[in-house]
Amino acid sequence: MKGGHDLGGQLEMGPINPEPEAQEPVFHADWERRVFALTLATGMLGKWNIDESRHARERQDPLTYVQNSYYENWLEGLETLLLEKGLVDAEELVLATNISSQTKKLLSVPNPTLATKILASGVPSAMESDSEPLYYIGDSVLVKASETAGHTRVPKYAQGATGAVVAQLGCHNFPDSNAQGIHEGKFLYRVSFSGVDLWSHSSTQTEVLIDLWEPYLGAAAN
Amino acid sequence: MPHGHHHDHDHTEPPSDLELRVKALESLLVEKGLVKPETLNSIIETYEHKVGPRNGAHVVAKAWTDPEFKQALMNDATEAVASLGYCGRQGEHLVVVENTNDTHNLVVCTLCSCYPWTVLGLPPAWYKSAPYRSRAVSDPRAVLKEFGTELGEKSTIRTWDSTSEMRYLVLPQRPAGTENWSEQDLQKLVSRNAMIGVELARSPKQKDEDGK
Repeated sequence: MKGGHDLGGQLEMGPINPEPEAQEPVFHADWERRVFALTLATGMLGKWNIDESRHARERQDPLTYVQNSYYENWLEGLETLLLEKGLVDAEELVLATNISSQTKKLLSVPNPTLATKILASGVPSAMESDSEPLYYIGDSVLVKASETAGHTRVPKYAQGATGAVVAQLGCHNFPDSNAQGIHEGKFLYRVSFSGVDLWSHSSTQTEVLIDLWEPYLGAAAN
Repeated sequence: MPHGHHHDHDHTEPPSDLELRVKALESLLVEKGLVKPETLNSIIETYEHKVGPRNGAHVVAKAWTDPEFKQALMNDATEAVASLGYCGRQGEHLVVVENTNDTHNLVVCTLCSCYPWTVLGLPPAWYKSAPYRSRAVSDPRAVLKEFGTELGEKSTIRTWDSTSEMRYLVLPQRPAGTENWSEQDLQKLVSRNAMIGVELARSPKQKDEDGK
């Protein structure tokens, strides 16, 4: 899907203007702290996964996505998920009326100890597979044009480009399916692209490495 | 799109409105029993004060001084870093990429903001910004210049776009003139920015100047 989030190679985004490292706080306002924690804490209810949560942010109007500050996009995504998963309804969210507490009986809501444990164990994406990968190190692969209207992790700038497989990374949860709540493993490869093959203005001394799942790839014509 | 409730919403509104909106959401979720306030505070405490780039500096300085650890780190960074006690969310599949005399590594996530939390904490604002995400892949040399980093023309720049759940940490080159330094002192030369790859590790001279 092409949204405001797919930023690789986009022009005219302006200077980076980084804040000096020693002076930058972790959060720039208290509301950012709260949005961050609310996102993680509600994520622990198990009603959505990381790709569903990425997709909720990506579905915004592209211009809004780029204009919003980072945690504003998180807030938008969180509200979307809460509504879509039925954890809150629009009346409660917008008007703060008729608040129902029915949902809580069905869910396990983590206390700090459990939350710390969840964060410390993470959610590995690696999966078992009984099939064989299609591509091997040294293979030339072509990145197919993405046809999905949903979430995907193949950046626009790589589509149509040819690269070389430099590592097989095993079988991993496939984001395009995961965003639809389907847990399905596909082989993941590290593919190397020469800068000049991606950008006409690039110097020869650049290389871009992208992790790409097997369904994104086809064999390159020799 | 089912989230039409905010389409008439003005995104140039002053921050106070945003603060109110977040406060209202938090109250709603607490009242509905979907989150516990003490859990929110504990999550914030973890990422504001416990997990941060000092973890990564520890990993890098140890790799500079302990060849066996470095070998383990290059073979399986997730496991090697876990042996120092750093593991969990956004570090499930960690990979360390090493800078050499002819190759410099730079990490980005063009699609969102993927970043190795376990060793670097939460990403800085610029890492999540459109200018960095757009140009780190298409014009990395110019990006490095914006951070004051000039590489020799001979160096190849490798940009790692974090599109999967693999998380990348750059192992910077150990600065010259630090041969007898302890791991503890070396940690002070390892900036967060060097571990993302937009800067080099500080030289002993830079460290003295920064300390003034």
